[in-house]
Amino acid sequence: MNDKILLQINNIGVVYSDVIQVLKGVSLSVPENRIISLLGSNGAGKSTTLKAISGLLKPENGKVTEGSILYDGTEIHNLPPETITRQGIIQVLEGRQPFKYLTIEENLRVGTATRFGKPYKEDLDLVYAYFPVLVKRRKTLAGYCSGGELQMLVIGRALMAHPKLLLLDEPSLGLAPMVVQEIFRIIRRINEEQETTIVLVEQNANMALQIAHYGYVMENGKIVMEGDAAELRENPDVKEFYLGMGATGIAKSYQDVKAYKRRKRWL
Amino acid sequence: MDFFIQLLVNGISIGFLYGLSAMGFVMIYKASSVLNFAHGELLAIGAFLFLALVTWAELPVAAAFILTLAGTFVFGFIVERLFLRPLIGEPLIEIIMLTVGLAAMFKGALLLIWGGNLYTYPDLLPEFLAWNWGVVQVPPVYVSAIFMGIVFLLLFGLFFKYSSQGIYMRSVADNQPAALSLGVHVRRVFALSWAIAALVAGISGIILGLINGINVHELSSIGLKVFPVVILGGLDSISGAIIGGIIIGLLETMTGGYLSPSLRDVIPYIALVAILLVRPYGLFGLVEIERV
Repeated sequence: MNDKILLQINNIGVVYSDVIQVLKGVSLSVPENRIISLLGSNGAGKSTTLKAISGLLKPENGKVTEGSILYDGTEIHNLPPETITRQGIIQVLEGRQPFKYLTIEENLRVGTATRFGKPYKEDLDLVYAYFPVLVKRRKTLAGYCSGGELQMLVIGRALMAHPKLLLLDEPSLGLAPMVVQEIFRIIRRINEEQETTIVLVEQNANMALQIAHYGYVMENGKIVMEGDAAELRENPDVKEFYLGMGATGIAKSYQDVKAYKRRKRWL
Repeated sequence: MDFFIQLLVNGISIGFLYGLSAMGFVMIYKASSVLNFAHGELLAIGAFLFLALVTWAELPVAAAFILTLAGTFVFGFIVERLFLRPLIGEPLIEIIMLTVGLAAMFKGALLLIWGGNLYTYPDLLPEFLAWNWGVVQVPPVYVSAIFMGIVFLLLFGLFFKYSSQGIYMRSVADNQPAALSLGVHVRRVFALSWAIAALVAGISGIILGLINGINVHELSSIGLKVFPVVILGGLDSISGAIIGGIIIGLLETMTGGYLSPSLRDVIPYIALVAILLVRPYGLFGLVEIERV
């Protein structure tokens, strides 16, 4: 990877409410125009890492206590989200989080908050071109739309802000496999056509490693493994714990005691 | 019949004033979920500021009116900046208690300057505003109350529906974390909601002052009446605030006219209980959208 590094996280620690340490020295680097995937089980600290980047730790009483986050060469950790979003970092929150009482189009318009007062018509067309299902729902309250439509809505809403770095938190959560595939195809298109750098947090390791260029695996607030996406896909540990395969390539069984021992080595 | 129509018109115009002041209350609630107990004092501040500009500074009415609007707007902004902003992120009950404290403080300040006396504005509304339909005569004050109510309802309706800033304000009310993630300036939205609330409260304060005279206690107690109005209309609905205001205004004047003046303050609350039994979220409140 000899591209320009857009985002560099150096050994950060994150503490919630001054006592709960969630991240213990996470380092990762995100080269420009790439898709970086962040994998890991529940509670590994993936979402926290994203929030540390986007500044959304503060409302949850969390803080980056050590290390640094460099975006385009300048330190951004612990800045308020208003500042960070205006530098082109937009996070799409986990669990979709639409504005339920706003229509689809109004939801998209909120995405223009970072560049208030500028024209947004072309951006609306762009988002509708990526997500044609949203066009006929544009006057519908978001609260009445389906999960798939909402996931497209929130990604489109983030696109309205012209992000340079897009942080996606589990876009496949609770969606049908077909919809997941479509959304991932669109994420890759956005990366290629808009030259948006993407950090993708996922449980669905299989899908994520198909579109990502590089991947990190997190456990208990630490990075335990990293590598090119293709490499990770072939790694026996990743196969076993995240792709649901036994080390030998046959579907894994819970009776397999060895899995526990191998897992322990990671912690 | 004439008596009925007269009461009807009076009720509607008083109702518009209640609605107008409730609108400011709703605005703060919508943006930040804060119940503002100092709302009645904001009304009084608008009324006294206008009084000062008209009688002390002897400005022409139009200039005084516009200056009052600007002044109350800025005042709301400052109040948010000084008192509410430091409490962002603290439990809601602390912020609500703070507004109770603000109410006492504002009232004290007004009493300090003007005392508890009743003041009146000079006659400043032109005669042509009065409506004369044969037996029914509507004095200029009431006409201007209705006029202001309609104008501001339309203005705010358009503001929230179409302007970007209005949509940002609604997004904060709807889902604050998501609004933050998109870079909506949440603190600016809070400040704006206080500024707008102080402004509309100021307008209704002026007109109520024209009708009843200006008195600190009287005006600030109207702040209390905002509660049945907004709960009736739905705490989070701007148009609900106006309609709730009209219903309460009508009930008051009708009860006062036909039954007994001493009952007029009780009936609205009885109606309130009845309506809440049928529609717990108020007449126009948001029905929680729940997807299963």
